[in-house]
Amino acid sequence: MATWTWFHRFGSPPWVYGFAARWAPWFGGAAVLAMLVALYGGLVLAPPDYQQKDAFRIVYIHAPSATMSMAVYSTMAVAAAVGLIWRMKVAHAAAAACAPIGAWFTVATLGTGMLWGKPMWGAYWVWDPRLTSELVLLFLYLGYMGLRAGIEDPQKADKASAVLAIVGVVNLPIIHYSVTWWNSLHQPPSRLIGEADMDWSMVWPLLVMFLAFFLYFGWVLLIRLRAELLRRERNASWIREVLA
Amino acid sequence: MLKVSGLHLWRGDRHVLRGVSFDAVAGQCVLLTGRNGAGKTTLLRAIAGLLDPEQGEVNWRGVSARGSRDEFHSELAYLGHEAPLKGDLTGRENLHFAIGIRRAVTPAEIDAALTRTNAQPFADRAVRTLSAGQRRRVALAGVLLAGAVLWLLDEPTTNLDADGKKLVATLIEEQIARGGIVVAAVHQDLDLAAGRLVTLDLSGIAA
Amino acid sequence: MKASPLAVARLVMARDLRLAFRKPSQLLQPLMFFMIVATLFPLSLTPEMSRLRDAAPGVLWIGALLSSLLALEFLFREDAQDGTLEQFALSGQSLTWMLFAKTCVHWLLTGLPLALFAPIAAAGLGVPAEAMWSMVAALALGGFALSLIGAITAGLTLGARRGGVLLSLLTLPLAVPILVFGADATREAIMGGTILPQMQILGAIAILGVTLAPLAAAAAVRIGLE
Repeated sequence: MATWTWFHRFGSPPWVYGFAARWAPWFGGAAVLAMLVALYGGLVLAPPDYQQKDAFRIVYIHAPSATMSMAVYSTMAVAAAVGLIWRMKVAHAAAAACAPIGAWFTVATLGTGMLWGKPMWGAYWVWDPRLTSELVLLFLYLGYMGLRAGIEDPQKADKASAVLAIVGVVNLPIIHYSVTWWNSLHQPPSRLIGEADMDWSMVWPLLVMFLAFFLYFGWVLLIRLRAELLRRERNASWIREVLA
Repeated sequence: MLKVSGLHLWRGDRHVLRGVSFDAVAGQCVLLTGRNGAGKTTLLRAIAGLLDPEQGEVNWRGVSARGSRDEFHSELAYLGHEAPLKGDLTGRENLHFAIGIRRAVTPAEIDAALTRTNAQPFADRAVRTLSAGQRRRVALAGVLLAGAVLWLLDEPTTNLDADGKKLVATLIEEQIARGGIVVAAVHQDLDLAAGRLVTLDLSGIAA
Repeated sequence: MKASPLAVARLVMARDLRLAFRKPSQLLQPLMFFMIVATLFPLSLTPEMSRLRDAAPGVLWIGALLSSLLALEFLFREDAQDGTLEQFALSGQSLTWMLFAKTCVHWLLTGLPLALFAPIAAAGLGVPAEAMWSMVAALALGGFALSLIGAITAGLTLGARRGGVLLSLLTLPLAVPILVFGADATREAIMGGTILPQMQILGAIAILGVTLAPLAAAAAVRIGLE
């Protein structure tokens, strides 16, 4: 039953507001630390790739961005489902807060992919499966945010976008599979870089960077969540007490 | 049979329903009064299950209405501001489809209901050619045919002439006499025989 | 006394069919749109049949996709506006089942005719006669899957402003798998190969759609009616 109390607390906007305020700086500090370590390891310590020379170093931004873009969508869908099933306002607020973060991760993936494409293949854009999937993912994010913006009533917007997020998360693997399949028909598989090609000195900074991006997501999410809660609960009495 | 307790509902920032509670037993009519915007339509829709209240409960026959939604709906007839009719179908066809998906209904029953509400003369014209009052008469025939115990009516006399208003009052009285419950939002008083009549003024409910 | 699911499906489908045939021009519009789109491509690309044949799978499927988006407007919008969709939700019967019936009729009235009509446009794009039946089959199956997905997004955009454009933005990314496998099936057919694997995948998507889409659509519609 202790688990339920813990879960219940997450349903209370004032409690979550305080929780986010306390924990955000820790996430932020840890994220910056991890990022510095990873950047030092990746940019300074790791040797240049024998094929791509220094261009491969883009992977330190590209790969974690890609992973986070999908992880954030899953988080958003889970939060939306929790909001829908248990009717928790905070969960809906969390889903709303996730969307722009995930969209930016997707843009970062696409942008770094394009920057990498130029030295790799001589072109800024190639229709490789990873990039194409990311592009469709970006459209899914934009659609989610567009639906939220298009519905006036906030409770309706929460619920409708929750259904969309869940439908999207079910569709994501299917979309990814179809894009990979489509790509394999027309050209040989081209991965930008694979773990097998990298030796340990290149890999560990990447792993730390994954951690750093995850912590960064946590930090920004907590900040955005506080802003969301402030906006949604602006007429509630607890807000006045907190701001006093 | 119908128990509404502590209903709170927000539409955006507006606290529309502020702790509405009432009970209704068989053979009772609850009239909802109040100025525009007091929340009469919102309350009716919340009871019907079309809106989800943030707090509070609606219980039907002792069980949560939301929990037993399909059973609750099969005993409910809801009539909103607009008559829910397809413009390209005739009144008769509309009833055939709308009631048919609820329960098996014979043409004779449809005829009888249309006669009761004086909608027979125009029952076979496309609904989009009918006046608002004529559409309402067809819709009222639909309420009769639904065979529901609970009627939720939102301003049922809109667009009706004096005869029509008397008809609505009579239909409600008959429904109550059958042991049904009627919850109706009204602007002016319906001319109903006193007795099992309760009035709930939504303007009066404080925050 | 309560109507059986079979009776419910029969009545919902009969109602929608009767309504459609009272306004037949509404049925023709998506087809006309498809034909216009199929004509615009040669005008903007090239009159050479051999090059058009290469582009044909894409042109046909994108044309079909866009026409279906147009047709999706008809699925719920009118019923939502006149209050009859609300009565469906209040009928005490499974809204999921009723929306599935509506989606099937929608496909019968838009997706299927489009598939049957497509050979005319396809011939103009250099698609050989031997490939026609495969193309029709793929378009029909893909169109069915598309109607199912469209039911969800149509339900979601019921309460939204500028719902039409938003509907397209939400539906198209979700339709990517259908487009990929459907266009590939058509390409295979043109080259004379078998389209069985692509049809199997389209079929799997359709089955997944049948199981899950009406549920999601019903949830979306109830939210949209609030």
